[in-house]
Amino acid sequence: MLLLLIVCFSALYFIFPKKLLSFFNLFLFVLLFSISSYFSIENLFFGKSISFESSIGFWGKNIVLKIDKLSSYFILIINFTGIVSAIYSIRYLEMYKNKSRIELSLHYFSFFVLYWSMIVLTLVQNTIAFLVIWELMSLSSFILVMFESEKKLTSRAGINYFIQMHLAVILLMIGFITVNFYTGGWTLSDLNIYFAEHKNIGLFLILFAGFGFKSGFMPFHTWLPHAHPAAPSHVSALMSGVMIKMGIYGILRVVFSLQQDLLLIGIIILLISIISGISGVSMAIVQHNLKRLLAYHSIENIGIIGIGIGTGLIGLATENQTLAALGFTGGLLHVLNHSLFKSLLFFSAGSVYQRTHLMNIDSMGGLIKKMPVTAFIFLIAALSICGLPPFNGFVSEFLIYNGFVIGIIKSDLLIKLLFLFALLGLAAIGGMAVFCFTKAFGIVFLGNPRSKEVEHANEVSTLSLIPQFLSLALILLIGFAPGLVVNPIYNIITENSENLKETIFPSTESLNSISLAVGMLVIITVLVFLIKKLSFKGKTVSETITWGCAYSGEAPKTQYTASSYAENYIHGMENGLGIETTYNPIKTREYFPQKRHYHSHNRSFYEVKVFSPIKNRMSKVFEKLAIIQTGQTQHYILYPFILIIVMIILTVLNFI
Amino acid sequence: MLIFFSIIILSLIFPGIIVRTKSVLSGRKGPSIVQPIYDLIKLFRKGTVYSITTSWIFRFAPVLYFSSAILAALILPIGNKSGIISFEGDFIFFIYLLGLSKFFLIIAALDTGSAFEGMGSSREALYSMLVEPAFFILLASFALLSGNSSFEGLFNTLTFDTSIALFIGILAAYTLFHIALLENSRLPYDDPKTHLELTMIHEVMVLDYSGFDLALIQWTGHIKFVLYSLLVSNFFLKPEMNLGLQFLIFFATTVLFAISVGFIESFRARHKLRNNNKAIVILTSIAILVFFGSLLVLKKLF
Repeated sequence: MLLLLIVCFSALYFIFPKKLLSFFNLFLFVLLFSISSYFSIENLFFGKSISFESSIGFWGKNIVLKIDKLSSYFILIINFTGIVSAIYSIRYLEMYKNKSRIELSLHYFSFFVLYWSMIVLTLVQNTIAFLVIWELMSLSSFILVMFESEKKLTSRAGINYFIQMHLAVILLMIGFITVNFYTGGWTLSDLNIYFAEHKNIGLFLILFAGFGFKSGFMPFHTWLPHAHPAAPSHVSALMSGVMIKMGIYGILRVVFSLQQDLLLIGIIILLISIISGISGVSMAIVQHNLKRLLAYHSIENIGIIGIGIGTGLIGLATENQTLAALGFTGGLLHVLNHSLFKSLLFFSAGSVYQRTHLMNIDSMGGLIKKMPVTAFIFLIAALSICGLPPFNGFVSEFLIYNGFVIGIIKSDLLIKLLFLFALLGLAAIGGMAVFCFTKAFGIVFLGNPRSKEVEHANEVSTLSLIPQFLSLALILLIGFAPGLVVNPIYNIITENSENLKETIFPSTESLNSISLAVGMLVIITVLVFLIKKLSFKGKTVSETITWGCAYSGEAPKTQYTASSYAENYIHGMENGLGIETTYNPIKTREYFPQKRHYHSHNRSFYEVKVFSPIKNRMSKVFEKLAIIQTGQTQHYILYPFILIIVMIILTVLNFI
Repeated sequence: MLIFFSIIILSLIFPGIIVRTKSVLSGRKGPSIVQPIYDLIKLFRKGTVYSITTSWIFRFAPVLYFSSAILAALILPIGNKSGIISFEGDFIFFIYLLGLSKFFLIIAALDTGSAFEGMGSSREALYSMLVEPAFFILLASFALLSGNSSFEGLFNTLTFDTSIALFIGILAAYTLFHIALLENSRLPYDDPKTHLELTMIHEVMVLDYSGFDLALIQWTGHIKFVLYSLLVSNFFLKPEMNLGLQFLIFFATTVLFAISVGFIESFRARHKLRNNNKAIVILTSIAILVFFGSLLVLKKLF
């Protein structure tokens, strides 16, 4: 009921004056944040289960909202990212001075709708209600993406997103209707009944595809790299940080209801995830747009989460409890981790955009001097997304790696080889992420400024930095004390899986040792640093320009750019990565070369080869269908008339 | 602690042995084996020049580079004596720790805003990206062989008694040797003595370092070399050997390691830069070979 009240309350968005909107938004966020966090903490840490039936009838039944550990976990993640993005948005949206009050109201309204719809999504049990909320989530995020709809690219990205989300809904609908057809129920727990009696793989694939669209698994990822750069940064943070995780939430619900074919499904998830991970990060390396680069990293990280889930499923299937525990916990922890560092990355990318109005990495540089705090935050987030200790990304990857090792030691030949491949994949992903983020951080924040905009940049306001520090604190907490967070997460899995009941998490000891080790790392580093400081006493420490083989002019222009940094990597893979360059090479006899330009950009292989043909084919079909849309009122009246006649005939003939 | 100190001591004479080998092979007398220690001391006592383009990253990176190598040294075991920190999956931590230090060195190079250093960092990032899977698979194969996932357990139960196992051991040692060469930027992957910035990899990344920082970076390189040789020597250590013998084998392996580096540097040219990629990927395939060999030994394959 309270929830409904808040939802109704949010209509007030359209009444408030422009200046107060952001604070009203924050107020609503805090309100919902405190209520839902209270219930989820009660549930997750103290084991109180709460379920209530709302009085709204729906399809002849009341909608049941139930909170269990999985939903509490997701609610906490949504809440945290939600509230930090709400705080961040206050200063960020001030940048758009030319937007009217109503546009901003609509924006905030949809922002809030996105937030509460995600929370409700984790609670609803009724599948139809689930779809309705899912649709609300997609629509509100669509409106958010379209915020700058006057830009052509933005509106294209928005429409693309809109269409793909509806493909997803159709798939989910098919899935849920199938369940209803065989079991007669409209609740999520009917999945259990269905899976117990029928073949699991078919329905799983349909639902996986449906949820996969949202979370951006490899063949379904094409909306992501367009939508994220188009949306304002706080929206990208919320979308990439948590909204795509709702797909993971759905997949987890399905996975925990599976009864047979676990091994096959586990292998499928694992393989798809490895492919998503590798291709996501390999596309990220060649991007010039900072936010698009981050979007591709979302695909990579969804891949890592999927790898965890797949590993866990294989563990369940082969009755290897350690493997299952490590895989699922690693995957679930990575959901949290990714929401933290990815929102941070989007925030700092947003701050850079706010101050420079640039998104192209190649025109940035030297920002660490202008925006030291943002640079520091970006660095920490980059280190954690690369999975480097002592930050949180390492912990989840460590658990998954450990799972692989266990899987390699204790399973059949086929599974051993599979895990070998997975190990190869995850190691490659890790290495490529390092490549990508050394590039991103190095080119954006270090060196000399490459354009005028950068030279005039300055640090963003404290209000924008506060939410970032909150995320930073959590990143450090998980990185330094992983033992604390892992046990509650493991409880989620034991609650949902029969085979793992009454077991304890296998790798707590290692995690505590990691705390010790990273603690020692900090101590040693500080010691060495102090020694260095001491040794500088009484010595000349001077400054001069960078060594350039005695060349000292034009320093900013001679720097390495993102393109040249990635050139080594791209070499020989231009086709696979879809790189297109336009450049007119200097001829042998051109003694006084003309001024010329070099331009390179990349187009996703999937988009060009797979998605576009389908899209084109579909639009052709629809064009033909458009014949019936004549624009004359008489015709439109005729159509229902024909329909009525057909129905009468069918009824007479006893077809209906 | 004993292992730790011997790693530090060996790391100080390691480069001396390489240089000595090279000079003997080319018919020169060459500097004394302890010359690198003097070099380091000289650098430690010098003042420093920083580029005006740089930020705190540039000043902090060498410190972290050094401290993570030190921590890595604390993780490695010798024979059946575990490292000071030892837990299930510590080798993953080990690899990622080295990754962290490399991350910082790369961004420190980009911090200078120099074209050359950008070039070097791009290459370094690419090569470490390519070599990471090889190292992982190698250690995973040992995990498979020994049924353990910590360094201690890995090497404790690892024995190369049958002929296939011995073969695996040699392959693995070969791979590790090459990984060590690559990570320390020696021939045939990179030539530390080259005088052209355009062809350097590691050296060009640290062009702007001087004094204390440079000393830290160089010393870390030597420590890393010894870490890898300790890994190799662990293959051949058996738990029943007494501690003295184990240390002796470790010392002997390290000296042998250094001499072979000297040999390679005297007789080989470096790869073309473009061919480095292939050469590194080959290491991964050898590692996969080791994995299949391990399956053979365990009689899982046939």
